[in-house]
Amino acid sequence: MQKSLIPLLEDAQEIAGLRRNQLQDNIVASIYSTAEQIAGEVVSHTSPKRQDLDRQIDNILTSPIWGFPIMFGVLAVVFWVTIVGANIPSNLLATGLFWIEERLTDLFMALNAPGWLHGFLVLGVYRSLAWVVSVMLPPMAIFFPLFTLLEDLGYLPRVAFNLDRFFKKAGAHGKQALTMSMGFGCNAAGIIACRIIESPRERLIATLTNNFVPCNGRFPTLIALVSIFIAGSVSLSLSSFIATLTVAGLVVFGITVTLAISWLLSITILRGELSSFALELPPYRRPLLGQVLVRSVLDRTIFVLSRAVVIAAPAGGLIWILANTTVDGASLLSTLAGWLDTPAKFMGLDGFILLAFILGLPANEIVLPILLMSYVCGGAMTELASLADLRHLLVEQHGWTWLTALCTMIFSLCHWPCGTTLLTIQREQRSRRWTLLAALIPTAVGVVVCVFINNLVRLLDLV
Amino acid sequence: MGLTYQSTGQSSTREIFHTLADDCDYVIALAGNPNTGKSTVFNALTGLRQHTGNWPGKTVQRAEGSYIYKSHRYRLIDLPGTYSLLSNSADEEVARDFICFARPDATIVVVDATCLERNLNLALQVMEITGRVVICVNLIDEARRKKIRIDTDKLSKRLGVPVVATAARSGEGMPRLKELVSDVANKRVQTKPQPVRYSQDVEDAIARLEPRVKAIVGNSINSRWLTLRLLDGDTRLVQTMENYLNAGKTVPVMPVGQEGLA
Repeated sequence: MQKSLIPLLEDAQEIAGLRRNQLQDNIVASIYSTAEQIAGEVVSHTSPKRQDLDRQIDNILTSPIWGFPIMFGVLAVVFWVTIVGANIPSNLLATGLFWIEERLTDLFMALNAPGWLHGFLVLGVYRSLAWVVSVMLPPMAIFFPLFTLLEDLGYLPRVAFNLDRFFKKAGAHGKQALTMSMGFGCNAAGIIACRIIESPRERLIATLTNNFVPCNGRFPTLIALVSIFIAGSVSLSLSSFIATLTVAGLVVFGITVTLAISWLLSITILRGELSSFALELPPYRRPLLGQVLVRSVLDRTIFVLSRAVVIAAPAGGLIWILANTTVDGASLLSTLAGWLDTPAKFMGLDGFILLAFILGLPANEIVLPILLMSYVCGGAMTELASLADLRHLLVEQHGWTWLTALCTMIFSLCHWPCGTTLLTIQREQRSRRWTLLAALIPTAVGVVVCVFINNLVRLLDLV
Repeated sequence: MGLTYQSTGQSSTREIFHTLADDCDYVIALAGNPNTGKSTVFNALTGLRQHTGNWPGKTVQRAEGSYIYKSHRYRLIDLPGTYSLLSNSADEEVARDFICFARPDATIVVVDATCLERNLNLALQVMEITGRVVICVNLIDEARRKKIRIDTDKLSKRLGVPVVATAARSGEGMPRLKELVSDVANKRVQTKPQPVRYSQDVEDAIARLEPRVKAIVGNSINSRWLTLRLLDGDTRLVQTMENYLNAGKTVPVMPVGQEGLA
């Protein structure tokens, strides 16, 4: 005699019917309220507890009404401090480093070095390094300690808690809120963090959508781009305000896209069961300032910067070669950019921007330096002493509008993951198909959104 | 006639978990949330008589040890620390399957006295599977320092199972824990676990389905709990259950390392 529970399972599904998710929640809620009730009866405190304070803070930070405005506010303050604070050191660094470039040029002249050597080493390698350092270092040096501070305070688990129900609604695992938060640090790390999601289906969703939040490499790119573009165009206080809103808005946009794509995946190729989990909100701690500084400077700033430097140096040399090797009277760089120009223009970018994203595959940190390098190498202007000159380069010489900047930032948010991340996805999923999809999905989103915004804005005659 | 769950019985399902009852008199499971001092309780009970390895087919660490109390040998299985038994993490599955299928003679649920409410969730879930539970309210010394008082008698009455307050670090309450475990394991004490009451629609659904579940699993598995899991749509549990019901011992068994002192 065979006994089986499977027919009963089917009946159970029928009884539970469409209310099954609600039923699951009901079961969990009943267990929790029973535990609460019993604990209330047997536990007594003779002194006010610190935990009560924590709970009161939690009630505000994770409240359905205040949770999101506070999150957005915290995010905005962090960006504002970064943007305003990075402005002056960026200018100082740029001035200093380009003064050194001139001295290096003098040195090469004095030594009678051949022109190509000077071009490759100074105008190629050194200059791209100077860009990386002056454009990326100050935002990183301010942003990372602030972000580490938030981590240390224990705010990030609250963010995950706030986002949990949205992920559930999107048919994804609540823990994806955590892996996404890791993605803000590094997408490759975020992909590895997806291991905490047990169900393969939900882990895949989290893996495929992790790239939609800006990582350490792209945050400075966004912030630098915003500062370059908006700084000087309007009065300082207003510009920093607009810049802040732009970056914060981009992050919210990234999270929205993450949810939307998760939802799409969960109703198409990755349909399946939802699983639940318990998220423990750790107590708030007083952050150890010294530790925060050391960790954020050593682990993050120096790490990201050195990675950028290591990749940017040869990339800078390569770009100088591309810009100075001429075939049929045109440099290779402008030929390549020319090929890309038509599709890029349709997306509100230009050939150089798209080329920078393609050449930036090894690391997102170097996209902006590559772009600036190729503009400088391709154009007539060779002396760039400050950020204001940068703005001049973009706007006057290459016809950037706010639309170009916006589309570039959106594409930075939504395009193929960097090489490291792709390798990590391949290693974790052991599937070329999913790795390819992880590159295609964000790229497709980026292209669609950019094309849409570009054409809409042009249609409405807003630029 | 194929093998049914009842006919294969307890000893064969225990075999799957590599917990042969031959060399001991009672099998005791140790459950609890992470960070409740569960390992300290484990060490305090078993001393150095411990073995570590992996759970069959899982990359979840497993520790077991034994102790002797009043000339009976108790084998203690340390389950992975979990917050609940509801979701599908490997840890929770291991803990749940062990309590459900290996049917230990008693299960100790270690709860943290300083945050009892959160810890009771797991205790309530364990008690839905098995009534043979002893609640060990650990870290009672820390609770005292934080001026938290816990009425263990009332808790025991409310839950329907024995409760003991312990501070495993200093050994406080450990003799009493051993005594209660032995009482529950050899059925000197009959526990009356108070089930969680669910909302009316859930209870209605249970009432409709439970008799039929009971007809299949008999008294071997708590039918109310299993009914809830069916309503939950826990297909993985049903799959595991199928293997037990129809094939007895064909659940894949991976070799486990049992060597070495922890």
